[in-house]
Amino acid sequence: MSEFTKRALLAGHADFAHSLLSAVELITGRGAVFVPIQARDLCGDDIQKILQNAMVESGARVIFTDLHAGSCTMAARRVLREMGDGVLVAGSNLPMLLDFALSTNPNAAEAAASAAERGRASITVHSGSPA
Amino acid sequence: MTLVLNRIDDRLIHGQVVVGWGQPLDVKFIVLVDGAVASSDWEQDLYRMGVPPEMEVRFHSAADAAPLLDGYRTEARPGILLTGDIATMRALVEHGGVRDVNVGGIHHRAGRVQHLRYVFLTPEEDDALASLASLGAVVTAQDVPAARAVPLAELLAAREGA
Repeated sequence: MSEFTKRALLAGHADFAHSLLSAVELITGRGAVFVPIQARDLCGDDIQKILQNAMVESGARVIFTDLHAGSCTMAARRVLREMGDGVLVAGSNLPMLLDFALSTNPNAAEAAASAAERGRASITVHSGSPA
Repeated sequence: MTLVLNRIDDRLIHGQVVVGWGQPLDVKFIVLVDGAVASSDWEQDLYRMGVPPEMEVRFHSAADAAPLLDGYRTEARPGILLTGDIATMRALVEHGGVRDVNVGGIHHRAGRVQHLRYVFLTPEEDDALASLASLGAVVTAQDVPAARAVPLAELLAAREGA
């Protein structure tokens, strides 16, 4: 498998995908593992078609999306239902994508599940304290 | 409270609805009126999964929804009425007492002309929106609360992407 085989789609609002992938590329040099999908101003049917075409063309069977309630997530669920396989991870963040980009697990679905756990665990809250 | 927003949005439940409008308006329920969704358990599950646990979603066809809207308007909690197309909203204007219509998202499709960034209409849809106004509804376009509400005449006259 090539280092830059497309292993996942990343879809979200506005410039979410391209912006996050620019960070993934900067940090790991492996941004090309993902296919960025921009859904701006598209209806749900068109988003679904774009996702499905991207999965067919790339061979990727993992979709990362930004928002649980977002139209990309809704469309992705329809795509996975039609295609009968694949994994959707909603609520993506940068640590999650970095984990997936660097994963050596040849099973993309397992890599996605592991990345989701990493992304969830990476959220922390820090309170300032007086010096 | 009542139905605080009567929205046409071809994406139905999505981020702008749940977060963009739902959070500032403290929306507790969505009345989703769409014949295809109302007849599909899978579609209903899909949309239910898109909202936070404290937000309820009720599904109806246009015919079923119209006589129920007065009841929804008397609910103590704020709610959103949502349709995916103009024709369904027209039925609710005619038979369900809807008087304010928010055009929140009608996106690109073959034959449609871009009026605003988030509103594309065929000539027939131009007429359909105008007919809502002729029935007494106040029609404005507004994708998110922070945006300006664009009056119908301005919406129909506007051309973007030309």
